Amino acid sequence: MGQRKTIEIDYGAVDTDRMRLNMGPQHPSTHGVLRLEVELEGEIVTEVVPHIGYLHRCFEKTCEFMTYPQVIPYVDRLDYISSMNNEWPFVMGVEKLLGIQIPEKIEYIRVILAELNRIANHQIAVATFGMDSGAFTPFLYLFRDREMILDLFEKCSGGRLLYNYFWVGGLQHDIPPTFKEDCLAIIKKVRETNAEVNNLLIKNKIFIERITNIGILPADVAINFGCSGPVLRGSGVPYDLRKDEPYSIYDRFDFNVIVGEGAMGTLGDCWDRNIVRVNEMEESCKIIEQAIAQMPDEAVDVRALVPKRVKTPKGEIYCKTENPKGELGFYIVSDGSTQPYRMRTRATSFINLSVLPEISKGYMISDLIMILGSIDIVLGEVDR
Amino acid sequence: MNSNEIFDKLKSEFGDDIISLTEEKNYDPYITVKRKNIKQICLFLRDIDGLNFDYLVNLTGMDWGKELGVVYHLYSISLKHRIVLKVFLSKENPVIPSVERCWKSANWHEREAWDMFGIQFENHPNHIRILCPYDWEGHPLRKDYVEQETYHGMRVPV
Amino acid sequence: MGLLDRLDNPYEIDGFFLGTVEDLLNWGRSKSDWYLSFGLACCAIEFMAINASHFDLMRFGSIPRATPRQADFIIISGTVTLKMADRIKKLYEQMSEPKYVMSMGSCSNSGGPYWEHGYHVLKGVDRIIPVDVYVPGCPPRPEAFFEGMIKLQNLINNQAIFRKRSSMSAEELAQLEERNQKQKEYMERAAIEYENYQETLKTGGMQNPDYNGKYTINLPKIRMIDHE
Repeated sequence: MGQRKTIEIDYGAVDTDRMRLNMGPQHPSTHGVLRLEVELEGEIVTEVVPHIGYLHRCFEKTCEFMTYPQVIPYVDRLDYISSMNNEWPFVMGVEKLLGIQIPEKIEYIRVILAELNRIANHQIAVATFGMDSGAFTPFLYLFRDREMILDLFEKCSGGRLLYNYFWVGGLQHDIPPTFKEDCLAIIKKVRETNAEVNNLLIKNKIFIERITNIGILPADVAINFGCSGPVLRGSGVPYDLRKDEPYSIYDRFDFNVIVGEGAMGTLGDCWDRNIVRVNEMEESCKIIEQAIAQMPDEAVDVRALVPKRVKTPKGEIYCKTENPKGELGFYIVSDGSTQPYRMRTRATSFINLSVLPEISKGYMISDLIMILGSIDIVLGEVDR
Repeated sequence: MNSNEIFDKLKSEFGDDIISLTEEKNYDPYITVKRKNIKQICLFLRDIDGLNFDYLVNLTGMDWGKELGVVYHLYSISLKHRIVLKVFLSKENPVIPSVERCWKSANWHEREAWDMFGIQFENHPNHIRILCPYDWEGHPLRKDYVEQETYHGMRVPV
Repeated sequence: MGLLDRLDNPYEIDGFFLGTVEDLLNWGRSKSDWYLSFGLACCAIEFMAINASHFDLMRFGSIPRATPRQADFIIISGTVTLKMADRIKKLYEQMSEPKYVMSMGSCSNSGGPYWEHGYHVLKGVDRIIPVDVYVPGCPPRPEAFFEGMIKLQNLINNQAIFRKRSSMSAEELAQLEERNQKQKEYMERAAIEYENYQETLKTGGMQNPDYNGKYTINLPKIRMIDHE
């Protein structure tokens, strides 16, 4: 590995014009309603201008009219692939303002559900990334397994996709009695399928040739653009809030921060970003196993600490967690009433997407699709 | 480095441009600065050894009622410390130098602050709206915002 | 009534089946609805799950098409914003008749949770395009989507394609006559052209006076470079 044949085309004989091509908002590979204005020299991309806002749903304005518990369903709809993870930083921020200390068992439940949702998110990310490159079968395998996770979430919260499960001071409902067995069954299945997908897609020579050495993002550029999550870790920067500033009870678990190593080509290419997601699923499985082993058995009233009326003291707080896509933070400005004065979202996908024009210059137009897929954006979070 | 040391270092370099450091309950420690030299302050924070704020976490536009403002959340990946900068702007003339040269991520954040609050960023390379359509009227996140009646023939309010 | 609902066989002969041409066409159309591969927001993720192995939308005969020209119906799966509304209208106009619209989820039905304070959200996609089936839910469960799908199939099954001459006005009848006349002329012309074509084939194929057997194409020089 490491050797790669590239074709250099001498355009001396062919007369090429600069062409501006519009891609989206309706396009099967833009992962939503993203519009890209691409300037091409022949088939080589010379400039990319993303136009966003086609899904701008006025989240921040709406929050100013809602009480704190009413905000939670809107938070769900930001990054709608990993709703459990979205609720967490918001709920944690309000709890910090109110000074609520959460019982240990609820923290364990939150960790398990968040990690399960991380697996579900990475399954979609890998599946759609494979589909962008023309591999349809892994998509079917991974979506079949994702249904198991959704079934467990449905048992807990009643929702398949958007949960409203983490409440300020607790949870919406108690976990079902078969919770532990379900989790272990999911982990077993996830590992089996990952082995399958590894053989089918990840270690496939065609796939490797397709995605190595394109979209190279050096570490200093990634930091300067504010990237986080697998995009930053793929460039070799071990920045993970679960390790760097352990929130909740993450300091009790033994897990590795996966970083890209440039194993197949250059450090920070599409392959590295993808393999970080694949390997993070295994790390999440490890965390869930430890959490299930450590979780206290006695029953706890999950709504005991839920306040009847959430009225926060005056204050400003920036609360962040490590989402599947990166650092999600909420800057909550409270003026002492039941409604937030201002809710600013540090939207991960929004910031990760801003690096696209930088890393897609000089590659082919078909590589642009793969580079966009490797960033793993969700337009609900980009546009809010 | 804690917020007091950061404040002292900034104060000794910039003097009057640095107004105060606030450390209260329920507040992340923040430093209030004047808007004029914000770019130099940010470059100083980014480049001087011991500070190394290489990561702009978040840039927030604010409407405080009487005046507008910008809040910068900074983090250092190499040294693992945080600080918050706050700038207050008048409503009549909300102009502030752009920090896009310090952190590229500020580019889209500042476009959003312009879109939502009408805060102008000097020397920004692409000072246009980002989320709302390019022909939208008004700045929605201001507290005194009134929706326009129609957009391209479609009714906007309920 | 669909074609397969006609279980009566008045002639009592095996393999014989009585129905109208309209029923046959509607049966074919309702069992092969092709949809536009198009997603907007949260509902699009649920729609992906509907499309994938567990729920398998393809058993309804629905396959995704990437272009509106080949699609029979469009699923508005998510919040329609004012910035996107113009695009959706354009997509709908690009689809060929007969076309159907399915509104999936509360957002596209009425604005959903963004109904009151969403200054940038269109309160219901039916303000810009006509909607045939509304599926409620935020997001709808796959089962709810399938109910909407069956509703759409029933709608197509019961649709009248042909109109009787007795129900037409004099003006419409004149238009119809004109169209039939044009079609007749076209068919006659096509028959003559076909005969001419057969004649040319007999005399050794099409003769192009410009062709001298020496076309040259300038291909770009491609060289392979090894990178260590």
